Amino acid sequence: MRFTLNGAAVSLDVVGSRRLLDVLREDLGKTGTKEGCGEGECGACSVLIDGEVVDSCLVAVGQVEGRNVITVEGLAGPRGELSLLQQAFIEHGAAQCGICTPGMLLAAHVLLKKEQRPDADDVREALAGNLCRCTGYTKIIEAVLSCGT
Amino acid sequence: MVTTSTIGRSVPRREGAAKVTGAALYTDDLVVADAWYGQTVRSTIPRGRIRSITLDPEFDWERVVVVTADDIPGENVVHLIRDDQPVLARVGGEIRHREEPILLLAAPDRNTLEEAVRHVRIDYDPAEPVYALEEATEVYSTINIRKGKDFEDVEGVELVVERSFRVGLQEQLYIEPQGAIAIPWRERGAGSREPGVTIIGSLQCPYYVHRALKRALKLTDEQAVVVQAETGGGFGGKEEYPSMVAIHAALLARKAGRPVRLIYDRHEDLAATTKRHPGVIRHRTGVKKDGTLLSQDIEIVLDGGGYCTLTPVVLSRAAIHATGPYSCPNVRIHARAVATNTPPNGAFRGFGAPQSLFAAELMVEHVAERLGMSSVDLRRKWMLRLGDTTATGQTLTESVGAELVLDAALKAASAVGRSGGRAVKRGRGLSLVFHGSGFTGSGEKKLQGTLAMEALADGTFRILTASTEIGQGTKTIFCQLAADALGVGLDKVDLAPQDTSLVPDSGPTVASRTAMIVGRLVQEAATEIKDRLQRERAPIKVQKSYVQPDSIHWDETTYTGDAYPIYAWACTIADVDVDMTTGEVRVTDLVTAVDCGKALHPVMAEGQIEGGTLQAVGWATIEEIKMKDGGYQNDRLATYLIPTALDAPRIKTILVENPYSRGPFGAKGIGELPMDGPAPAIIAAIHDATGVWLDEIPATPERVLAACASR
Amino acid sequence: MRDVTYLRPGNVRDAVQLYRTTPGCRPLAGGTDLMVMLHAGTLRPAPRAVLDLWSLPELKGVRRANDVLEIGAAEPYTGIIGSRDAQESVPALVAAARTIGAAQIQNRGTLGGNLANASPAGDTLPVLLAYDAVVVTDRRSIPIDEFFVGYRKTALADDELITAVRLPLGRDVVFRKVGTRAAQAISKVVLAVSREPARIAIGSVAEIPLRARRAEVALERNDIAGAVAAVADDIRPIDDVRSTAAYRRQVTQNVLRELLDAFARG
Repeated sequence: MRFTLNGAAVSLDVVGSRRLLDVLREDLGKTGTKEGCGEGECGACSVLIDGEVVDSCLVAVGQVEGRNVITVEGLAGPRGELSLLQQAFIEHGAAQCGICTPGMLLAAHVLLKKEQRPDADDVREALAGNLCRCTGYTKIIEAVLSCGT
Repeated sequence: MVTTSTIGRSVPRREGAAKVTGAALYTDDLVVADAWYGQTVRSTIPRGRIRSITLDPEFDWERVVVVTADDIPGENVVHLIRDDQPVLARVGGEIRHREEPILLLAAPDRNTLEEAVRHVRIDYDPAEPVYALEEATEVYSTINIRKGKDFEDVEGVELVVERSFRVGLQEQLYIEPQGAIAIPWRERGAGSREPGVTIIGSLQCPYYVHRALKRALKLTDEQAVVVQAETGGGFGGKEEYPSMVAIHAALLARKAGRPVRLIYDRHEDLAATTKRHPGVIRHRTGVKKDGTLLSQDIEIVLDGGGYCTLTPVVLSRAAIHATGPYSCPNVRIHARAVATNTPPNGAFRGFGAPQSLFAAELMVEHVAERLGMSSVDLRRKWMLRLGDTTATGQTLTESVGAELVLDAALKAASAVGRSGGRAVKRGRGLSLVFHGSGFTGSGEKKLQGTLAMEALADGTFRILTASTEIGQGTKTIFCQLAADALGVGLDKVDLAPQDTSLVPDSGPTVASRTAMIVGRLVQEAATEIKDRLQRERAPIKVQKSYVQPDSIHWDETTYTGDAYPIYAWACTIADVDVDMTTGEVRVTDLVTAVDCGKALHPVMAEGQIEGGTLQAVGWATIEEIKMKDGGYQNDRLATYLIPTALDAPRIKTILVENPYSRGPFGAKGIGELPMDGPAPAIIAAIHDATGVWLDEIPATPERVLAACASR
Repeated sequence: MRDVTYLRPGNVRDAVQLYRTTPGCRPLAGGTDLMVMLHAGTLRPAPRAVLDLWSLPELKGVRRANDVLEIGAAEPYTGIIGSRDAQESVPALVAAARTIGAAQIQNRGTLGGNLANASPAGDTLPVLLAYDAVVVTDRRSIPIDEFFVGYRKTALADDELITAVRLPLGRDVVFRKVGTRAAQAISKVVLAVSREPARIAIGSVAEIPLRARRAEVALERNDIAGAVAAVADDIRPIDDVRSTAAYRRQVTQNVLRELLDAFARG
């Protein structure tokens, strides 16, 4: 099967019913995508498929045939320069233990693509599928709001 | 070169870039060649004895590795306070709780592992389990605190108020589940393997794991190596439990002769690992009609679960904080922790204090209501001030912030908005709490946490500490403190890995002690290095250990004296909406003023407070664990619910700086404090909204609606 | 789950053919339930193949035709929420879709999946009952009223696939879900109510999502108090990990009263 991962073509021989999460982590070495629950509750395994945020633990890898997948490793620029959102996460203290951060960034990334100037309620709604236990979400919301243009 | 100090400035987190790019490597992200997968087989009964373990002959056991209690080279005990918890229950041995580890399996792939698990049969002789605190007869520990007279002997009491409170279980819910990788050797230089065991894991306290590993596997100090991987949250949950995971992984690796990954999934983590102690707290308070506080009589019973773990220390902190931050001439506190047949309870941010402060703060409300006084005025009358003594007889000689935080919170809270609709009622509640920073009593003295620092030949400096980064900012703050004392830029300072073969035992990363106690050692080490560099050339290595100031006295036998080096203080004001149709409680806004001594890194200090606050909001409102036959029904993330971004209140944090003379730049530990205040403030706010007093948390819609209906 | 074969048909006809001929085959759409169960190994009998319906164009889209709104069985909730036709003609369904999970789940969850899974707590199911929706399959149309036949059991034949759901236009339905938290929550109680015709549909109070027939009879007589009283006899709530029977009973009545009062006030 083939799909695009962070802009690069990927060709794999895998059983299509395996979880996208496992294929990303174990076969493709993209360990930025985390497993927090394995049942679509925590959002730590969030990735983008064709620009929409999904839990990769709920996606059979066969379902991304021909599609465009973005993981946290795909957010920085070609030379590793951090995106504005990634910089904002550091600056505002939005990442503490960091385990929810990859998924949180991807959910926020989609919001900012769709809504150039979200308000706090928009941010809360967009991030409601990503659990964080360190921050109380306050600094994450601040970081995302600071990226509104 | 002139370097500006970064103390008090929110510099970027040291490992921030790695965390936002996905480059940070947590335990399960590590690729270890030839590693097998491990699994723990656990008891399915809450109490009884193991009659037999049968390995189904239909299965080819050559394909896997099986470890039982007979394979433990050292002592079959998870080293902690008491030696009661076995590494693995043995045939004929006692089972004291559901999910108790009995047997370990490792296999080259997960399918084989799952298949093997299905072919293990364990037969039991069940016994009658004990769940109710009232019926529990086995006691883990008791604490009695006595100040002044017995309750009945106090003169002048004009009103006695009695009330009983109950608090529930809570899961830490770090988003990264427990896990360890064990390698049955240690590396000495490139490719050279020596006898021993290396553990890489998600953990708070490398030396806890080190000690436990040595004892169970009969290893020397050198042979046991424990390395912390990037750790996805702890909150106490990775204080003692990782010792169990590490020993299990090590036993499997040793028998398999190859590395073994033992990574829990969320279900296993929720079902088997430690929780916050539930308990019952009974108060009797004697006052004069004008509100003067004369006497407090408090009984605390905590549920320790099936094994002792850290329960006596949790109980101690619960007892010492049980009066609330108030000055009372006559105090009796009777605290005990009992054994039941549930999975063991253990360390969790706050460590007993949230439980007893919940009751203490609601008692203020009940007394105020009976006196017809404002509870804020009553708090002002009662609150500890400079020169007052606590329940243990500790005289507070500095940095007493009760009034400062009360004033700051009241000033910052906006006017209460009125209710949004017919069915929704608004309310506001307040709480005032204190929390001892650092270990209790002589803990720090006994531990003598040690830290080393090196000046390297290339002009850089390296901090060697076992204090771990678990999201709270250890790495960043230690580098700030060192760079400041050395007078160099932050880029010149780094931390050695948290690896017991490299760093000394700085003590566990717990008890709000890291910035204050170990941070002070960073300062001292850096100051000495700077001084020696005037006369000597790098490389230089210095080592510093905690020295208890002569002014601190603690008597463990009478439970009197200086229980903590210093206290941090907080006032919380919570606004809630209560939906009278459904009983749903929504905490909309929360103001919290915290006396942190000095904010070394304001953004991280706020981050600790906001995170702890929401964790407490969850404990107070929606985080419920229902028991069934000694197990948790809420054993998946679909049933154990923590607040989402849509549930989190708007949190306004005010940092009050009220320096402590022995803390680095005056800093006090505040990691646990934010867990204490929100629950009583929320319950008081629910009362303000509905007129109903709840005595039990979580304040689930079921409880709120039932209370409103019976009114 | 590594032994589970992945089948990807190109159209509905092939899908039905594969479904019929592959032993132990389970249809897969957004995977929000099935992938969890596959991974945890909780499905009995253990499936041997999954039939991926997610990308079939015939199962996608929200279409308005004459007097019905037709929603493809594999159209994700996000598509329903974003559809102007759905917002205009079935706002209660849009409201229900917005309460399901959060963005990640709304991007993958489908009406077809919610129906086939037939959980008594399925958030859209009471809404579909209140709209008198019709479940369209590869071979017939099933009135929603006849669809749920037991705990997680449906009227579908062993080889029958849901292709679409049809809803009437212009019906005024209100919806309320009571969960433990504001997002990512399975309901304690979920209600959908239509005043005309009288429909009171409730989830999480019995082994299936049900119509409260006695309460509906009272409502037809404009007897709101009677409906609120009668609904207690229509439901069969239990104590479980999410709530208690007593709470569910009380809140069903409270919420029904609130919704009917809101209708009365216009």
